[in-house]
Amino acid sequence: MKTTANLDLPRMQALHAMMWRIRAFEEAAIAAQRQGLVLGAIHPSIGQEAVAAGICANLATDDLLLSTHRGHGHTLAKGADARAMMRELFGRAGGTCGGKGGSMHIADFGVGMLGANGVVGANIPIAVGAAQALKLRGSGAIVACIFGDGAINRGPFLEGLNWARVFDLPVLFVCEDNGFSATTRTRDLTGGPGAAARAESLGIPARSLDGNDLIALDTAARDAIAGVRSGGGPRFLHCRTYRISGHTAVDPATYRTEEEVEDWRRGCPIDRLAGALELAGVEPAALEAARREAEAEMAAALDEARAADWPATALAFADVQDAGDPREWAF
Amino acid sequence: MGLLMARMTYLEAGRRALIEEMRRDAAVWALGEDLGRGGVFGQYRGLQEMFGAARIADTPISEACILGAAVGAAMTGTRPVVEMRFSDFALCAVDELVNQAAKARYMFGGQTRVPLVVREPVGMWRSSAAQHSQSLEAWYAHVPGLVVVCPATPADALGLMKSAIRSDDPVVFMEHKNLWALEGELPEGEHLVEIGRAETVRAGRDVTLVTWSAMRHTCLASAEALAGEGIEAEVIDLRALWPWDRDAVLASVERTRRLVVAHEAVAVAGFGAEVAATVAEALHHRLKAPVRRLGAPRIPIAYAPPLEDEVRVRAEQIATTVRAMCMPAPAG
Ligand SMILES: Cc1ncc(C[n+]2csc(CCOP(=O)(O)OP(=O)(O)O)c2C)c(N)n1
Repeated sequence: MKTTANLDLPRMQALHAMMWRIRAFEEAAIAAQRQGLVLGAIHPSIGQEAVAAGICANLATDDLLLSTHRGHGHTLAKGADARAMMRELFGRAGGTCGGKGGSMHIADFGVGMLGANGVVGANIPIAVGAAQALKLRGSGAIVACIFGDGAINRGPFLEGLNWARVFDLPVLFVCEDNGFSATTRTRDLTGGPGAAARAESLGIPARSLDGNDLIALDTAARDAIAGVRSGGGPRFLHCRTYRISGHTAVDPATYRTEEEVEDWRRGCPIDRLAGALELAGVEPAALEAARREAEAEMAAALDEARAADWPATALAFADVQDAGDPREWAF
Repeated sequence: MGLLMARMTYLEAGRRALIEEMRRDAAVWALGEDLGRGGVFGQYRGLQEMFGAARIADTPISEACILGAAVGAAMTGTRPVVEMRFSDFALCAVDELVNQAAKARYMFGGQTRVPLVVREPVGMWRSSAAQHSQSLEAWYAHVPGLVVVCPATPADALGLMKSAIRSDDPVVFMEHKNLWALEGELPEGEHLVEIGRAETVRAGRDVTLVTWSAMRHTCLASAEALAGEGIEAEVIDLRALWPWDRDAVLASVERTRRLVVAHEAVAVAGFGAEVAATVAEALHHRLKAPVRRLGAPRIPIAYAPPLEDEVRVRAEQIATTVRAMCMPAPAG
């Protein structure tokens, strides 16, 4: 970390605590999956926490967020309740989606989190449409859309970025580049200079930065979002990070070396911010307390989720659509 | 509005519906390619002048984004009407329709609704060939979460479109290209048609013809011809495939004891199969003849008219089928 002189310490300590909450949530979820309690696939973002924390810290509650299959961190940082999220991963009543979505469809519309998405890149057109609706309604809110580096090779990436530009929409695009498209290196699959250059080629101001440097990311997000809010249309941030965990919680990730992972573990965004905060005079004990509190919160969330009921089976037929009662068409 | 709306075309009726709903509700807007120039068929003629470029939005040729953006906009307090130009191009947006629009309400546990209408012009029209002629309504009827509407008359184009725009569900609205110029009477005043209620177009005692979209008119022609021979066919236009009016069909077949389902789409795994199976399950013991389905053979639609005609279900074919069903069973 370069400059620690002008650090807003309370803000940075809050972001540090948020990163611990994300880390602790996912470690708890991974443990619960090993016990057979978290059921479907989960995609942890361990090592990528700075992106979620840094972007969402610059959004207001009524700003909207579209996320991906790897969305726990984004959802927590946007303000969702960890207990309801954990219940969702367990498929229990009281989950953010009533147990109907699970990890890949986690959403909390109450805090402007309009959904993770099980389809890579599909959140991009939805995000630009949400921004178009905000603009039509004369709202001052904006939309943030986070996607992985793999998504930049899907058609909706081109269609959605072009769309945001031609309609001058209030969207912040965030490419959370962890280097992998599932289990293959994205650089081996991607022509040209990559995400930011593609955005620029469509006339969208873009920046590429170290996505594990929360201090830099916070500033970059603030500036980009100020540009979006001022009516200047879309902005693009390319955040380079690394997924320390496997693609899913059960992926042994044998497609990379231990040394490579170790390097990135040393560059973990939580430790990096903690180092900067210590340098700026924050007590190590305070930083350690943030970790303990996060772990206690998530342990409690696990206990609650374990004790929660399954959703009532009748709910399988609820919220399909208004037209045509599906109960009348069951065979 | 609408004191004297006597006769109007199918195309004009759809345009009228959009105008009325956009005037009634500021959240309604439309997006698609070339809408500022009226749309490819003229369904949007003059609307951009009337409502401005923000509410009649000209989009890039980005079908996935057109529909995906509509999903996001529908979840964010507006009611987009999506123009797909030809239903065939909507296949570029199947993820957005099937995985996103149809699922969002359910998979997010009821936190949101996706009130959008996607207009998908269907059907054979002027040698449009394999990629501009399809009728894929059965695909969408198969998907939980979607509503599927197939109007056959100007009155239904108006009344069903208005209901579709007011629906909180994603509605696939399939207009038949060959009907654009069809004229018909429109009721006076505000006209809404309930989605999921069939219309019995012609009463008859001998056989029930179930149909939708342009095939309604073919069935009617067939019924008129049969009437001259003393066979009275009841013609039911489903108007919507999801939800479809099972009660109306079962009540009719209960009386006529014979069923023919006719549609333009490929017969194999077409929606006619659903109607036929439902009737067979409920009324098998009442039927005087096996249920019959009439639809296209399972071949792509050709350009040359004689080849295109091989796909078409004709009135004479329907009549022949009905005659065979109504013949007394041979002795022995
Ligand atoms: C359209 C689509 N194709 C394939 C998949 C399977 N899949 C799930 S995650 C993933 C990798 C996505 O990579 P990236 O966008 O970089 O996100 P990351 O997993 O690295 O967070 C793939 C291929 C999918 N969900 N959607």
